[in-house]
Amino acid sequence: MEIDWIWGLLGGLLIGSGGAVYLLANGRIMGASGIIGGLVDGSGHATGGERLSFLAGVVTLPFLLTLMFGAVATHITGNLAVLVIAGLLVGIGTRLANGCTSGHGVCGISRLSLRGLVATCIYIAAGVFTVVLFRHLLGIV
Amino acid sequence: MRMLFAFIAGSLFGIGLHLSGMTDTAKVQGFLDIFGNWDPTLAFVMGGAIVPMSLAWRLAQRRAEPLAGGRFPAPPTPRLDRRLVTGSVMFGMGWGLAGLCPGPAIAALSYGGAPLVVFVLAMLAGMWLAPRARSYLDSTVPAE
Repeated sequence: MEIDWIWGLLGGLLIGSGGAVYLLANGRIMGASGIIGGLVDGSGHATGGERLSFLAGVVTLPFLLTLMFGAVATHITGNLAVLVIAGLLVGIGTRLANGCTSGHGVCGISRLSLRGLVATCIYIAAGVFTVVLFRHLLGIV
Repeated sequence: MRMLFAFIAGSLFGIGLHLSGMTDTAKVQGFLDIFGNWDPTLAFVMGGAIVPMSLAWRLAQRRAEPLAGGRFPAPPTPRLDRRLVTGSVMFGMGWGLAGLCPGPAIAALSYGGAPLVVFVLAMLAGMWLAPRARSYLDSTVPAE
């Protein structure tokens, strides 16, 4: 537990390195919701190949790591209603805001984008409010 | 070439999400739960990711074009609009409810079992609905 922050920092450096490669090699902003969303709504059809290649890496490498070092617990809820509502909110919300934790949070803040900073403050505040409400007051999550 | 670079970028992103613990919804909700047993890991992940990314933006400014051709993204606009605010509120609520955002959801897809699949399907449905939500949102306010 005490060394979690070291793994966090190391993982963060790798996440940022991925973003650096995507920017310097392909000239693209590494935003997970944008990369997926462009495939879903057809707006990123022309760049479908690189989007799918990126996502293939995101799915495959953690899978290989679990094969080598064992699975990691996700502690995800089994509550169907929570999963569906949360998924819909994340899907619609990130596309409306044009970014999520990777696009606005990592890529936006690192280029001192006002939109990225504001979006990050808002979704963290909304997340805090939601966890406090649904965990401490309603006891659902 | 673009596809290879994209795969490498996605691989680094996936390894980073996996090792950092961000595919563990308990750690994400633990960060958001400031009145509970607060877990600061997410702040280290964000901070760690911003370091190489800041360097990359600086490097990009000094280069004419990306390695694989094309153009670098346009400078960010400072425009704050209704979409950004509404969308971020919705995203934050969903993030808090499930403890998952789009990147980690994809990274954990192979080992998260049925609940992860349900979440990702709902997220894809939400992304498919987003253009409709966007026009609805724009129609409810007078044009700026």
